[in-house]
Amino acid sequence: MYQYDEEDQRIVEERAQQFRGQVDRRFSGEIAEVEFKPLRLQNGIYMQLHAYMLRVAIPYGTLSSQQLRKLAHIARVYDKSYGHFTTRQNLQYNWPKLDDLPKILAELATVQMHAIQTSGNCVRNVTSDHFAGVARDELEDPRPWAELIRQWSTFHPEFAALPRKFKIAVSSTPDTDRTAVRFHDVGVRLVENAAGKRGFEVLVGGGMGRTPQIAEVIGKFVERQDLLSYLEAVLRVYNLHGRRDNIYKARIKILVSALGVEEFRALVEAEWEQIKGGPLQLTPAEIARVQAHFAAPAYQQLTAADAVLAGLKLGKNRELGRFVQNNTTPHKQPGYVAVTISLKEKGTPPGDLSDYQMDRVADLAERYGFGELRVTHTQNLVLPDVQVSQLPALHAELVELGLGTANANKVTDLIACPGLDYCALANARSIPVAMELMARFEDIDYQNDLGELSLKISGCINACGHHHVGNIGILGIDKQGQEFYQLALGGSPGHDASIAEVVGRAFPRSEIVGAVEKVLSRYLTLRASPEETFLDVVRQKGLGPFQEVLYPATQRQEAVHADH
Amino acid sequence: MRIIRNGAICEDRFVHVADGVALPETGDVIVSLDRYRELRAALQKRAGQVGVRLRSDQEATLVAPYLAELALVAIEFPGFKDGCGYSTARLLRERFGFRGEVRAVGDVMRDQLFYMQRCGFNAFELKAGKNIEDALNAFKEYSVTYQGAADEPRPLFRRR
Ligand code: SF4
Repeated sequence: MYQYDEEDQRIVEERAQQFRGQVDRRFSGEIAEVEFKPLRLQNGIYMQLHAYMLRVAIPYGTLSSQQLRKLAHIARVYDKSYGHFTTRQNLQYNWPKLDDLPKILAELATVQMHAIQTSGNCVRNVTSDHFAGVARDELEDPRPWAELIRQWSTFHPEFAALPRKFKIAVSSTPDTDRTAVRFHDVGVRLVENAAGKRGFEVLVGGGMGRTPQIAEVIGKFVERQDLLSYLEAVLRVYNLHGRRDNIYKARIKILVSALGVEEFRALVEAEWEQIKGGPLQLTPAEIARVQAHFAAPAYQQLTAADAVLAGLKLGKNRELGRFVQNNTTPHKQPGYVAVTISLKEKGTPPGDLSDYQMDRVADLAERYGFGELRVTHTQNLVLPDVQVSQLPALHAELVELGLGTANANKVTDLIACPGLDYCALANARSIPVAMELMARFEDIDYQNDLGELSLKISGCINACGHHHVGNIGILGIDKQGQEFYQLALGGSPGHDASIAEVVGRAFPRSEIVGAVEKVLSRYLTLRASPEETFLDVVRQKGLGPFQEVLYPATQRQEAVHADH
Repeated sequence: MRIIRNGAICEDRFVHVADGVALPETGDVIVSLDRYRELRAALQKRAGQVGVRLRSDQEATLVAPYLAELALVAIEFPGFKDGCGYSTARLLRERFGFRGEVRAVGDVMRDQLFYMQRCGFNAFELKAGKNIEDALNAFKEYSVTYQGAADEPRPLFRRR
């Protein structure tokens, strides 16, 4: 992974010092809370319902064991002994004290970490594929490009106060997508053209929130050395033309829709003409320097272990078999797999990990790999380089830590935002609904029967829980002070991007889990064979058959329109 | 009024003249772009330097035809969350080669100064009531920058 040099290091240290000064000026009264707010926001510090919240950046989801131990230490010393992994591959602490925050930033800086641009109206922490570098289906490791974008966007002076937040994702898989690249303000896809040359397809204007939108291609093939100048042109057009009069119309997707994608592209091209080939053009030396940081680790030369894997999946130890079946991903290197550690174990809020578990997982990353971990946007962790022969031992250790849940990509591997338990913007709670769902559908054989299925919950229209792109999406709404939940079906964040459609009238808290159960049962009766996924069935049959089981006939007519 | 210019505190020579208010007989003035267009010939004949003040939504291209006649362009920051002016300043410097004073006015506070300077601002009217001496420290807060900008065209990767 990327290692800071002296200059990278100086930046995070100076940031920590700067923030100490800002907090001191806040305490002395020299700056008012309204003036302090944008300063703390640029450091990833929010005011939540009960306390401050600190969001730590984990650039493109890559983390070292040493960094994870530091995160554990911070959780223990400055917080309530746990951290929460988010849908943007970051980590949040929910209970830090303002006075401690500069100290926490200084601690983070000692392990090359920071909270820079994890909030505020700036270019946010860049995200990427959690299997980057090890996935069989990628063109090349996208992380060097994500790191180049990270450096370019860090304290970019021109883009420090954009109309609204700005999220960039980088993916490198031609036939699939694990980064929701089409739901970002800018999606960067590494592609190969007909001549075999690598470059980038640049998509713009995707997003969730109030107006979910699938990004459109504006740059069909941007050459590698031009990536940063192209992005700079996009951001400049947005900074100059994006709306600042209405927070709900300020994202780049609104600008792209208002102008039309052709007009937007023309503006970007005109700006790019002026700066393309200038100092921002990446040099071969810089590309090579950053790529060298992501060179493959010292793998052992092993023989392919497909037969061993198959044996484990069907073996006598059913718990292990299910784990290998669901939580391992094929690896570039023969004899290795990537292992997903599910943070969706029954009884714990999705994405939460205790300080003790963090320390132990850091140990596992060293003993079953090269001391590297990944954070997924589905709020799980990944050990990227596990030898197949070591799977039984690793699994046993994970089970002991309460982290052996074999539900990756299954219905209980759900995403949930913090919701009304923490978030000041929430309409309804997300976590209790998530926990009830996890308990209700706990049976792994039932989950395997259902197959690949994503369920995503947001506590309000801001959609931090990505409900628009859930195969099943749940949105918390407030009806006269009561928590209600809207159910939507058919979303997908991936290659076949689609936005989930609302089935009808929202359900009260006491009925939402039952409603999901009805939908799942209906799916099982509708599908022609187990190969037909839930998403396939929703796409083929539409919402009708699901509405039949969710609403009595009398209600159905009105239900269809009720909550739109 | 005291302002920061070229990294030091100094007394401002310019007077902001609001639209509809009569121009003073002599002395350096800052007027709106509309006013400048209207009184361009008269302002050029008048003794004293002239600056134009841009609203945050007025782009650099609008003032570009007059830059050779202007000593100063002031860019308004209606709130610290409106960063349009950062792009405008860079374009004035980097695209239109403006060498005169580029001044930040409005909601200008210590914590924006570092970015503003990087984008090509060299003068700052601090928001009323803010400690101007203390604000000078802002320019020294970072010793490393990743990007090229108006102050240094080369990104760090060309300097590493
Ligand atoms: S979706 Fe709404 S409730 Fe959930 S974390 Fe985001 S803002 Fe808060």
